[in-house]
Amino acid sequence: MRKFGLTLAAASMLVAATTTAQAAGRDYISMVGSSTVYPFSTSVAEQFGKTTKFKTPKIESTGTGGGMKLFCAGAGTDTPDLTNASRRMKKSEMATCQKNGVKEVTEIKVGYDGIVVANSKKAPQFKVSRKDLYLALAKVVPSPDGAEKLVENPYKTWKDVNKSLPADKIEVLGPPPTSGTRDAFVELVMDEGCSEYGFVKAMKKVDKKKFKAACRTVREDGGYIEAGENDNLIVQKLEANPRSLGIFGFSFLDQNADKIHGSIIDGSEPTFENIADGSYVVSRPLFIYVKNAHVGVIPGIKEFLAEYTSDRAWGEEGYLAEKGLIPAPKAEQKKYADIAKNLTPVVLD
Amino acid sequence: MSATQQSTMDRVHKGLAARYRKEKRFRLFGLSAIIMSLAFLVLLLGSIGAKGYTAFLQTEILLDIHLDAETLDVENLATANYGSLVKRAMLDNFPQVKGRRDKRELSKLVSTGASFQLQKLVMSQPELIGTVLSLWVPADDEVDMFVKGHISRELPESSRRINDKEIEWIDQLQAAGRIKKSFNATFFEAGDSREPELAGIRGATMGSFYTLLVTLLLSFPIGVAAAVYLEEFAPQNRLTDLIEVNINNLAAIPSIVFGLLGLAVFLNFMSLARSSSLVGGLVLTLMTLPTIIIAARASLKSVPPSIREAALGVGASKMQTISHHILPLALPGMLTGAIIGMARALGETAPLLMIGMVAFIVDVPSGFSDPATVLPVQIYLWADSPERAFVERTSAAIMVLLFLLLTMNATAVILRNKFERRW
Repeated sequence: MRKFGLTLAAASMLVAATTTAQAAGRDYISMVGSSTVYPFSTSVAEQFGKTTKFKTPKIESTGTGGGMKLFCAGAGTDTPDLTNASRRMKKSEMATCQKNGVKEVTEIKVGYDGIVVANSKKAPQFKVSRKDLYLALAKVVPSPDGAEKLVENPYKTWKDVNKSLPADKIEVLGPPPTSGTRDAFVELVMDEGCSEYGFVKAMKKVDKKKFKAACRTVREDGGYIEAGENDNLIVQKLEANPRSLGIFGFSFLDQNADKIHGSIIDGSEPTFENIADGSYVVSRPLFIYVKNAHVGVIPGIKEFLAEYTSDRAWGEEGYLAEKGLIPAPKAEQKKYADIAKNLTPVVLD
Repeated sequence: MSATQQSTMDRVHKGLAARYRKEKRFRLFGLSAIIMSLAFLVLLLGSIGAKGYTAFLQTEILLDIHLDAETLDVENLATANYGSLVKRAMLDNFPQVKGRRDKRELSKLVSTGASFQLQKLVMSQPELIGTVLSLWVPADDEVDMFVKGHISRELPESSRRINDKEIEWIDQLQAAGRIKKSFNATFFEAGDSREPELAGIRGATMGSFYTLLVTLLLSFPIGVAAAVYLEEFAPQNRLTDLIEVNINNLAAIPSIVFGLLGLAVFLNFMSLARSSSLVGGLVLTLMTLPTIIIAARASLKSVPPSIREAALGVGASKMQTISHHILPLALPGMLTGAIIGMARALGETAPLLMIGMVAFIVDVPSGFSDPATVLPVQIYLWADSPERAFVERTSAAIMVLLFLLLTMNATAVILRNKFERRW
């Protein structure tokens, strides 16, 4: 019995000791946020940790929204210093930041990510337009008979949508609504596709909510299958079922080019070059946000940003391109490298 | 009388075949259930093993690196350009390669980890400067995948990550005996990395170790104390009934709830460090406590009352009875419960998600407050990485985790068989 008492005492002392030790602060950079930016930020972090005297930053994969919440929770050193985002910070998130004392935030656009619609190499490559994708995936679509009203999606096969497409059942594997990739896909493909109908587009001006409901709601009758956040899993499923298509980030297509090919969307194939020069339309910018108040308090933030914005990292031949990040145009890179250097706070418009 | 007997026997005989058939069917159902689950288990383990065993080998390239005194000065050893030395050594193997692009591609066959390896070596043995050093350095993950046969050379060039020229170079290196596959020690010695050939599970294993140590140190004594009190001292009333019901319910609560609780209490209220193994251990303590209490109570109950009564009868106090007789007899059962609880804690990811342990951590944790991650989280993170080479590493990490779990469970069984006393 005495032994148990001793262990108990030792354990509680251990807890007490570490509690006091932690109040002293942190000597490594803490970063949270998007799982899309995670592979790139971790590459920079690893390089940074190996080549400088600073500790390797700790990077959590929490999703863009979760990252913003943690980032904006306060200005103390128990909150993260940087956050990854696969979309721009929302005004509401900025307001939370301000309310919690995170006054100055620097925004750095690190590059672009293409979203691809791909299928197995055992099946022919798809050639679609954004309108086709919208018609195939939306819950409600403009009536096929030409009347200006929205009806429950009647299309069952790709051939129903567009005569030039194969007569296969519509079956698309994609990310769930919590994912940034899904947000971006809906915005870049579905919105555009449905804006091609004049009367739906007109709705945007009158009732934005109704427009969003019409364009952004994905069908739930089995045509679109939520396959979870794991893109590797989608790739495996595509291989097993050559008739289905999958939606995921470009880096997964890049790594699995022997198994799958990306569909041509609006006449442009998802290749590194096409995404970089903007001719492949389904691409989105990736950001990192910096808490200016932590620069100088947590060691190494400035140096970390310098590494991130250096040519050997985010340049055309840099190691991030190797990981699948599409570099921003030269002029844009210069602009954001300057912002990173001077820590110019962002003003969201 | 005999007529009715006859008819009963007849009825029995008539139904006998059907009853045998029924029994046979029933047994077949049971057997097929077992065979099916065994088949699934074999399939699972087989696919993990088949995918993962190659990860224990790593392709290496032999380079003759000229450590010239111009690039390497005793003063600048920490900042010298080791990358260029590695690159030059690689180019020396292929004097015919010209052009910036080709040279770049050629130097990419070697892992970026080579220059760090070289740096470490030179810094520990500065006397090597000026000599030509033959060194096996890790190959890039794509070369590794190709040499291991995960990338087929039959495919058209456009659908491989490795092009015809690179394959030609690899063939030349292989012909010259400059490529070999050797035991992948990095996998067991390194922390996480974004380069598959440099990634290892040591960071995650140490994280798991610290986390489980905190869990064990807290949950075992607390759990045993609670069980002893509830079983031996507590009066039977509504309050203790309520506590008992709650403990049983807590054991069935989904683990993510404990993560949320940990986030609210340990991080937000007590402001302990995010992502530390201390907080992870505290959360897992909450999760395993009910399991340990229940197991400990069960083993206390199984100590026969005669022991208790005999001890009390010869004049031992209640405390003496418990600590001299009951606890030693109940301890094997309690240990088994604790080990099974620990094994469950080892495989847990969901509660750790909430307290920031799902993170990219390169440095191997060296204490309870260092940021850490655990084995199952490492598996999850690798399974989500695009690089092909992480597939086999994921499976290899699963094998290591399964091995640890099996060891823990085997320890529990051995302990029980060794110390358990049957009455």
